[in-house]
Amino acid sequence: MANNIILVILVTSLATYLSRFLGVISSQKIKENSKIFRWFNCLAYSTLAALIARMLIFPSGLLSEVSYLIRIVIIIFSIVIFYSTDKNLVYPTIFSAIMLALFSSYL
Amino acid sequence: MINLKYFYRGFAAIKGVGSPALALGASFIAIGALLKNIGFTMQQSIFSTFLTYALPGSLVMAESMLIGASLINIFFAVWLVNARLYPMTVSLMPLLMHKTQPKWKYYLSCHFIAVSSWLIMKDSYEKVEKENRIDFWIGIGVATWTVAIISTIIGYISSDFLNKDILIGLAIINPIYFTCMMLGAMQTIKISLSIILGTILGPAFFFVSQEWCILFGGITAGTIAFIFGEISGK
Repeated sequence: MANNIILVILVTSLATYLSRFLGVISSQKIKENSKIFRWFNCLAYSTLAALIARMLIFPSGLLSEVSYLIRIVIIIFSIVIFYSTDKNLVYPTIFSAIMLALFSSYL
Repeated sequence: MINLKYFYRGFAAIKGVGSPALALGASFIAIGALLKNIGFTMQQSIFSTFLTYALPGSLVMAESMLIGASLINIFFAVWLVNARLYPMTVSLMPLLMHKTQPKWKYYLSCHFIAVSSWLIMKDSYEKVEKENRIDFWIGIGVATWTVAIISTIIGYISSDFLNKDILIGLAIINPIYFTCMMLGAMQTIKISLSIILGTILGPAFFFVSQEWCILFGGITAGTIAFIFGEISGK
């Protein structure tokens, strides 16, 4: 098992580094004011947004045990807190964790 | 070799209220606890965060191990969920490249590309002259990476005290934190449209393919936003 875990870690890190490495190779030929750069900039933000939305709407693991309604209420409240605290990142994240822990222990 | 003045400036970007360090730390505390629960030793958990440093990839690794997936399957599952790192790298590195800087810095520091470090850098690169940006970036990268590794250790050690409700609470921190960081990044029409369309199309493509939905949804959304932005001149 121990050898297996090390192999899994190496395979995971290789699969992750591959995209970063290929990104650096491609970057050498791309100028920061080119069209292709602007396109990739859009792609970076859109794939990130797609990933985050997937994590919240179709979660795997522990979050999937929490009902849709509770998740949506917490997301909306966190966004409201984010805007009402002058875009502070700490308050909404702490709020979401405490709310969800309380909901899941009492509901 | 590395200009320490800019390195420290980058490193200091994670200090202060509103810093991503807390949310990043909470996410990796959850990872540390998760890795302990699936049978990793402390050293293996540290090794994992040290080498991978991309949260969704580590989650996929853990889930794949639980269902007994083969190494090839783990490779593809992780590659698919982390393929977003490719456009993220391509949309960051050209901003940092300068002819006076050695290439190894770029190949080494691309390891630090993850959502939080990338969003901090995108937000602050204009404040640094181009030739010093890579050293500033290495500072940000080392700082966020260190927070991730230390948090993995804390999560591993404290996993016995973290009950299921607390772990569920920790699990939502990461997507909520990313959501807020993305909302903060919505400053131009092109980026706003990329984010809004990605949020809609990512989950929509889930019904077509669970594995490919992030890439398909993301590429479609980003391309539409790009074309719209180019035509409207914004």
